[in-house]
Amino acid sequence: MSRLVAFAAIQGAYNIVAKAEGKFKQAMDKYGPNQPLAFPNTAYYLPVIYSILGVKVEKLADAEEVLKKCRDLLPKHIKPEHNIHLPYLGGTLDSGMAAILAEEVVEAIRYVDTPDFYTLGEDCDPANGKVWLGAADDVIMRKRGVEFVDGSAPGFAAIVGAAPSPEIAKLIAEEYQKKNLYIFMCANQNGTSFAEQLVEAGVEIGWGTRLVPFGPDISGAVFALGFANRAAMAFGGVKPGDYQTILKYNKDRIFAFVNALGEVNAEWAANAAGAINWGFPTIADSDIPEILPYGVCTYEHVVSSVPYEQMTAKSIEVRGLKVNITEIPIPLAYGPAFEGERVRKDDVYLECGGGKTHCCELVKIAAMDAVEDGKVEVIGPDIKDVKPGSRLPMAVLVEVAGRKMQEDYEPILERQCHHLVNYAQGIMHIGQRDIAWYRIGKQAVEKGFTLGDIGRILHAKYHQDFGAIFDKCQVKIFTDEAKVTEMLGVARSAYKVRDERIEGMTDEACETYYSCTLCQSFAPTHVCVISPERTGLCGAYNWLDCKASNEINPTGPNQPVVKGETLDPKLGNWKGVNDFVFKASRQAVEKYNFYSLVYDPMTTCGCCECIAAVLPMCNGIMSVNRDYTGMTPSGMKFTTLAGTIGGGLVTPGFVGHSKYNVTQRKYMAGDGGLARLVWIPKIFKEEIKDRLIKRGEEMGIPNFIDMIATEENGTTEDEVYAFLESVGHPALTMESILG
Amino acid sequence: MADEKKPVSIVEEKKAKKIDYRDMTTCETTLQMLRKMEADGTDNSFTRAAEMKPCPIGADSACCKHCFMGPCRLNAKDPYSKVGVCGATIDTIAARNFARNVAAGCAAHTDHGMGMLDIFREVVNGKIEHFKIQDVKKLKSVAESIGIATEDREVMDIAKDLYAELERTYTQVEGEIPFAKRVPPKTLELWRKEGIVPRGSMREIMELMHRTHMGVDQDYDNIMKQCSRTALADGWGGSMVATEISDILFGTPSPKVAGVNMGFLKKDQVNIIIHGHEPLMFEAMVVAASDPANIERAKAVGAKGINLLGMCCSGAEVLGRHGIPHAGNFMSVEPVIATGAVDAMGVDVQCIMQSLVKVADCYGTKFFTTNPRAHIEGAVHVEFHEHAPFDAPNQIIAMAVERFSNRTAKVVIPSRQDWGVHGFSHEYVNYMLGGEYRASYTPLNANIINGKIRGVAGVVGCTNPRVKQDYVHVELVKELIKNNVLVVQTGCSQIALAKAGLLRPDASVLAGEGLAEVCETVGIPPVLSLGSCVDNSRILIAVAEMVKMGGLGDKISDLPVAGAAPEYMSEKAICIGQYFVASGVYTVFGVTFPTVQGTKFHDLLFNGLEEKGFGKWGFSTDPIEMAYLMIDHIDKKRAALGISEKSERKLFSMDDRRTAEG
Repeated sequence: MSRLVAFAAIQGAYNIVAKAEGKFKQAMDKYGPNQPLAFPNTAYYLPVIYSILGVKVEKLADAEEVLKKCRDLLPKHIKPEHNIHLPYLGGTLDSGMAAILAEEVVEAIRYVDTPDFYTLGEDCDPANGKVWLGAADDVIMRKRGVEFVDGSAPGFAAIVGAAPSPEIAKLIAEEYQKKNLYIFMCANQNGTSFAEQLVEAGVEIGWGTRLVPFGPDISGAVFALGFANRAAMAFGGVKPGDYQTILKYNKDRIFAFVNALGEVNAEWAANAAGAINWGFPTIADSDIPEILPYGVCTYEHVVSSVPYEQMTAKSIEVRGLKVNITEIPIPLAYGPAFEGERVRKDDVYLECGGGKTHCCELVKIAAMDAVEDGKVEVIGPDIKDVKPGSRLPMAVLVEVAGRKMQEDYEPILERQCHHLVNYAQGIMHIGQRDIAWYRIGKQAVEKGFTLGDIGRILHAKYHQDFGAIFDKCQVKIFTDEAKVTEMLGVARSAYKVRDERIEGMTDEACETYYSCTLCQSFAPTHVCVISPERTGLCGAYNWLDCKASNEINPTGPNQPVVKGETLDPKLGNWKGVNDFVFKASRQAVEKYNFYSLVYDPMTTCGCCECIAAVLPMCNGIMSVNRDYTGMTPSGMKFTTLAGTIGGGLVTPGFVGHSKYNVTQRKYMAGDGGLARLVWIPKIFKEEIKDRLIKRGEEMGIPNFIDMIATEENGTTEDEVYAFLESVGHPALTMESILG
Repeated sequence: MADEKKPVSIVEEKKAKKIDYRDMTTCETTLQMLRKMEADGTDNSFTRAAEMKPCPIGADSACCKHCFMGPCRLNAKDPYSKVGVCGATIDTIAARNFARNVAAGCAAHTDHGMGMLDIFREVVNGKIEHFKIQDVKKLKSVAESIGIATEDREVMDIAKDLYAELERTYTQVEGEIPFAKRVPPKTLELWRKEGIVPRGSMREIMELMHRTHMGVDQDYDNIMKQCSRTALADGWGGSMVATEISDILFGTPSPKVAGVNMGFLKKDQVNIIIHGHEPLMFEAMVVAASDPANIERAKAVGAKGINLLGMCCSGAEVLGRHGIPHAGNFMSVEPVIATGAVDAMGVDVQCIMQSLVKVADCYGTKFFTTNPRAHIEGAVHVEFHEHAPFDAPNQIIAMAVERFSNRTAKVVIPSRQDWGVHGFSHEYVNYMLGGEYRASYTPLNANIINGKIRGVAGVVGCTNPRVKQDYVHVELVKELIKNNVLVVQTGCSQIALAKAGLLRPDASVLAGEGLAEVCETVGIPPVLSLGSCVDNSRILIAVAEMVKMGGLGDKISDLPVAGAAPEYMSEKAICIGQYFVASGVYTVFGVTFPTVQGTKFHDLLFNGLEEKGFGKWGFSTDPIEMAYLMIDHIDKKRAALGISEKSERKLFSMDDRRTAEG
């Protein structure tokens, strides 16, 4: 009986819109029309309103036209004449949209009314009553958005209400975590919320564990939809106000759905109807009427009476999502959702590395007959031999063998250790190589974790993800002091040889580059082409990674691109690359240059780590990293810059790049090279300090690092210019950057 | 005395033949009035049809009257045994007759469309004040659909361009008619390959008339090509222009609860019925009937008000647009007058039986013709002028009021009123399936692909005294929806279904489970009422949209759809059928079919056209058999699309998203 759902949704939408109108009037009286109205740190205004209506709400008065639109959208109530009703689906969807738009206004007013209501950032602090995070800012959206783009997070479950008990809440949450989905939580059931139930069950919530508590009211649903729509604008390049494309993008690419837990009221129904506009169906535990035909959503629209143990599986099926589940033979839950979870000091059972003891990891190629596949040895004391709160030195040696295995792939496999180990629930891993740091939590030990499980994780996951490039793999875990010291020496000399080899690679000497179209899931016209001296703009893929990836999956997103005839060596333009880009961008991009941001720069999907922009007055360029939320001398924050260039567009004057790329020799070579760099944020400078100093020396300007301004020297071009003059920055005397 | 007895003697003859009116109609009110007419001694088309056998040679289309060496008659039983005086074969003769039907049908719709365009031109040029552009959104979408820029332009500028462009539908001598741009590319490709994309309807009708003159085109296959071209100039030309301009000027219909049947006549009001096809005079009538001066005039003679009703396609136009009650379809027009309650009947063009003058005279109803194209001997002609659009309506109202004050006939109004949902336009169908933000046909296609809806059928057309009125329409539609076929309707057929209660949402209890589920989700009846017979163009737009939305093939002939006109009687119906067939739709007719089975021409219509990539014709007089002809065809198309079997649901991986379009 969809009519009942429609009736409820329309009633609910009337409620929501009326309440929003009331809130708006009160706010106008209290703060006046010029009161700024915004979510924190976003270039997308109130993102649902901006994306759907194209309206930029900046101050309170701007919300008036939005609420008027909401009122106009409300359909007539379903009131039969002569026992005959008119069609109601269209009106129900409209009323859902009205509810969502009105709720966004209400939540924005809440930021004015109660500035401390939501906790800024990725982490909550339930112990101090800070449970709710509210709107994700653009830093979170971009960082997390990348996971949606590359598939490490295939979708999200918007959980509304509360489970019957904290234990059931925990069960559902862990099921989604194992399937790598995010959970966005809002609303409550008689004052109990799913998020608080998780806290009660001892589950760590926050963006880090993919369990995101948005808000205690149903209006918090708007944060989930705002996140989705910003992804469409940031990565999909969809224009604000182009609601058809935005919503179709969501239906086709963002695999989200609603779980309504507990009794569904009219306002929930209105939100469910709103979500259907996005193609997000509702799966409920209660006995509400179902809507089973397909169409607005990919499959069913409302499915009800789903038992808790089937909730995740049913939801994923209804949304039409294919999830690859990783089964790893260890006694812990395993998946990317556990990567962000911390092991606090008091919860540590065993700690290795972290400056207190030595700890290193090494992956080495070995002869086929020297490796026994799946063999894991622990050499030295194991968990059972130490007391809670102990420390041990540790060296992890992974030996791999196989016909296709190459030394080049060693660092690729090695780098995986960090996240692969981190995916285990209750294990924390930081760093890599000889600065690796393990924390094994008491809870993990209680469940039966031993050091050998580290080996079992690596063995299983290497086979799963890299099986195409090796055949056999064995793991030795040393905790014996003397053995660790010995391994440390071996590892350090291996790192050195490796670094020198990679440093020596040049674009000129390389005939085949690799494409990366991983992000086409979200940015259909964007194509990265990666050369040895221009690593991927996301920071996650260098040339070798792509090469290995292609070996593993020959038809996958990383394809060899024979660079062909060199059309412009200075700007970095090759015929073979252009031809490939034209085809792979679905004819959207004809050509681009590798080493220039002034002339036809490379495109970005929106996942770039940094964005460089021309500062004409300084005759140089600035670069800003994603983590820096302040103003830059370009007059735009990172997020505004990203909004300008994301979505696969060639935008002269701007280019996305990785942090590492700054210190690669070809960085902006077409525009004058690193010597053009006049401004970067301080945190960024700190992060790449060592390599920056080294490059300065290579360039013959040993103090170059000190010539680069940061926000401490200024955030306007005038201020930066004055600084550059005072330090004699080389950019000032170079030929005009704009040619 | 002898003259007075004459009607009585006819009735006596009928009694002798034991005419049972129950065999003639399933419409209760029509039945009641037919019995009253019998008692009153009034002649009607049912009785005349019973008395007059169709000409057997003509019924088989074996007669040629195109020159005066004849008329020649061939033997339908042995069709190739003889040829005409000129040597014309049965195939040439039947094809030429068929072609003349198509030409007449196309001319009727095209002239109707041209009339609408005339008004549009005068509105655009500011020469008419009473009518204006009411639906700007529709104006823009129609303009955009044929490549006229609309962004940042004044409405009147767009309208002028649209007028100039649409005029080509009629007058163009070279090229393709504007709405060819709306045809799915693969379907258009076939038309181009076959050389049948219409240039302009005047040219196509002219050429078809020429080619069917004595001694010109004598190859049935070649004649059929021009038949298709001319028919397409109706469907994608004249009719489509009529629909689109009517929507722009009078508003695009959206669903409303409206009533059908004779029970909407009111004993204590001045009842005026408008019958015919064009919305124009009716629109003016709607305004005039609510004019306080006219209402006062009615009240002055003791009436409680003016009660306006529609019949036939004029009625269908305003039923969907304004919810004005509809008194009945074509075969109920004579009987409705027998209520004695009709104070005036105004008519414009098409499907107006000459007998109405006489019936009206019997019951004291004032009968008016209003269109310069359609006078009827004995009727008062009150010409409608679009530049002074209220003159004729005011006159008609005045005469109706006068008749009310002098009602002499006994007034018997049947009590039956049938409410239903009317007014589904293409635009509203889009909206109802996704609201303002997700409007599209995707859910329709998705539920066809998943099998909840088996297919879509258009059931349209007239009623005909040679079959039991409404019976075939209703039984056919019931069988279709029972088998999960969604039914769309126009013209007199939808009135039949409205009277049977199938345009109510609760009629979905008669539908199969899958269709019922979709109806419940959207809140629609299983049978959708789309408007008048020119609004069959809405069905063309709908099928084009289904192709565009994807998943159901790349041309109209791939779609799991079928059409039917089970009780047709007019040449327009033949033309409509032919444009559906040429567009790619299997179209089944009832009553009779103007060909001889076993001839090459018959085989071309019923098989050959499909082999060339078009739709094809079908024929049956039995509603259930007709339903299964359509269902089997739909199943055949489903099989070809690979959607016969319920397939596993596709789960989307990241790779699927990467390769997704858009």
